[in-house]
Amino acid sequence: MGRYVIRRLLQMVPVFIGTTLLIFVMVWGLGDPVAAMFGDRTPDPATAAQIRLEFHLNDPLIQQYWIYMSHVFEGDFGKAWNQQPVTELLKTAYPVTLRLTIVAFVIEAVIGVALGVFAGLRRGRFFDTGVLAMTLIVVSIPTFVTGYVLQYFFGVKWSIVHPSVGEGAPFKDLLMPGLVLAGVSLAYVARLTRTSVAENTRADYLRTAVAKGLPRRRVIVNHMLRNSLIPVVTFLGTDIGNLMAGALVTERIFNIHGVGYQIYQGIVHTSPATVVGFVTILVIIFLLANLLVDLLYAVLDPRIRYA
Amino acid sequence: MTVIDDISDVPAPDAPLAPLLEVRDLHVEFHTRDGVAKAVNGVNYSVNAGETLAVLGESGSGKSVSAQAVMGILDMPPARIPKGEILFQGRDMLKMSGEERRKIRGRKIAMIFQDALSSLNPVLSVGYQLGEMYRVHQGLSRKDAKAKAIELMDRVRIPAAKERVGDYPHQFSGGMRQRIMIAMALALEPELIIADEPTTALDVTVQAQVMDLLAELQREYNMGLILITHDLGVVADVADKIAVMYAGRIVEDAPVHDIYAKPAHPYTKGLLQSIPRLDQKGQELYAIKGLPPNLTRIPSGCAFNPRCPMAQDVCRTDVPALHPVGTARGSACHFWKETLGE
Ligand SMILES: Nc1ncnc2c1ncn2[C@@H]1O[C@H](COP(=O)(O)OP(=O)(O)O)[C@@H](O)[C@H]1O
Ligand code: SF4
Ligand SMILES: [Mg+2]
Repeated sequence: MGRYVIRRLLQMVPVFIGTTLLIFVMVWGLGDPVAAMFGDRTPDPATAAQIRLEFHLNDPLIQQYWIYMSHVFEGDFGKAWNQQPVTELLKTAYPVTLRLTIVAFVIEAVIGVALGVFAGLRRGRFFDTGVLAMTLIVVSIPTFVTGYVLQYFFGVKWSIVHPSVGEGAPFKDLLMPGLVLAGVSLAYVARLTRTSVAENTRADYLRTAVAKGLPRRRVIVNHMLRNSLIPVVTFLGTDIGNLMAGALVTERIFNIHGVGYQIYQGIVHTSPATVVGFVTILVIIFLLANLLVDLLYAVLDPRIRYA
Repeated sequence: MTVIDDISDVPAPDAPLAPLLEVRDLHVEFHTRDGVAKAVNGVNYSVNAGETLAVLGESGSGKSVSAQAVMGILDMPPARIPKGEILFQGRDMLKMSGEERRKIRGRKIAMIFQDALSSLNPVLSVGYQLGEMYRVHQGLSRKDAKAKAIELMDRVRIPAAKERVGDYPHQFSGGMRQRIMIAMALALEPELIIADEPTTALDVTVQAQVMDLLAELQREYNMGLILITHDLGVVADVADKIAVMYAGRIVEDAPVHDIYAKPAHPYTKGLLQSIPRLDQKGQELYAIKGLPPNLTRIPSGCAFNPRCPMAQDVCRTDVPALHPVGTARGSACHFWKETLGE
């Protein structure tokens, strides 16, 4: 297990370098950052030259990347368009988006798995058919449509929840956006769980568990669920990235000032440091989430652990 | 060792002579889209303590289904038991509550399945799966259960049991896995073990070892054993009596040497002739012509008649009863005398 973890950690290094280098080149290497900084005005050549020197713009891109990364690892992400340190933006925006993602993830995992398990155990009955129909509907409607519709009815018309998320993104305001963000994934989780449970109820090892005289509860919880949840855990893990990307859209609907908002500001004001900084952190979060899934997968399935 | 709510071990005073297990006129059918598949159509057999009954027959003849009915692990639906009795120590298990039956499973009757790899839980260690028997049925602690699991693994001669108790099924060889299945069945020293093709999935070289182990443990614990197989070769050494199944019925039942010496049913005869024999090396192997019937449309009369070399008109109209042949055998053939006499 220890060697497995180390191997996985080492594998993350090239992926991290590859993705951050790509975004760095795209943001700094295409177009002239100095001209962009001054917008419509033309900077006088002396100032421009000084800025070029300060930002190492005359060096090859790969060297600029190296300098940038060494600063990042010292906690210096550079300055945004309004001279605010990017670290400050990161500190205010990321907790908001992460909280939204976590709320969505918990909704997706808990409700999705619960629906899937009960539907799988009652195949072909009313509850099962209901879950299948509902999830199909949820999957076929785009997130921004559900978002605006729910916001209108629950937030504006009936005033059950705040239509937009307040300052500091309190937890209760995030429930509705979290549900919208989780929607499609939740439907997939429910269906995947249902299929997996249904398959496992027919498995030979489950017949053995019954033949051993185990109580039904134990047969289901200790024997069936653990096996059924292996593919579900994999899906949930890879879906964390998906949720974070979706969060950027949901943030716009509910006017949440999170990562999506800041990246958007960074692009509008042509602030390379903002964009690269935010994306770098995003990459790290993706990688950690993936690592977590792989480890959980190995814990659940010994066939992976000893492969 | 405390045994929680054990069901009575003492036989009722009026039933000391009852067999350990007696199956009477058992019927099992499956309701499928293509109609009702009559998998078991009036099976009768019995086993005493210390006795081995081999149930023999081609694939699809209802051997596993009848065993699963005895075990109480059929999925109902689609399965249904419209008729029959399954008497265990004189009591009809089909009339018991689900909870009562569950307490018999594992403690009194245990089952060994064909494919040990798929029959063991892939994500739980073998120690856990063995120890679970003691934890659930006897309330043992995790630690004590593990010690018992190691003991069991030693019993079935798995090398380095202490080191391997935490290993997972996929880390063992096929033969070792089947030993683990045997150990699991043996855990609570049941009175009856049903082994459904326990060696079919194994390499020929380990088949004999596993079979010997099973037979040895059965003698040691004086258990009843129902050995299901489609391989007549396996049976000869270990079985006391044989029940031959065809299309969900017992067509012949007899002590093992009688059947080998003189089959009383054309189907048994065909099976015996299709065993490869050393003295007939090079000759083409005999095979019973045709295929087993579709269970949704079993032929009228004797189900075997379309494939039987001896079939007469009466075979297509009248279902043969199980005629007594001598004292301890029976043959469901109108022409059992002729079959014997040849
Ligand atoms: N779950 C099921 N649904 C429908 N038919 C079944 C089911 N299980 C078994 N059967 C039928 O019962 C017949 C007997 O099966 P089985 O007892 O497994 O045969 P075998 O003698 O090879 O063990 C099969 O041919 C099949 O048609
Ligand atoms: S009853 Fe007729 S068809 Fe059936 S086995 Fe005997 S001879 Fe053959
Ligand atoms: Mg079978």
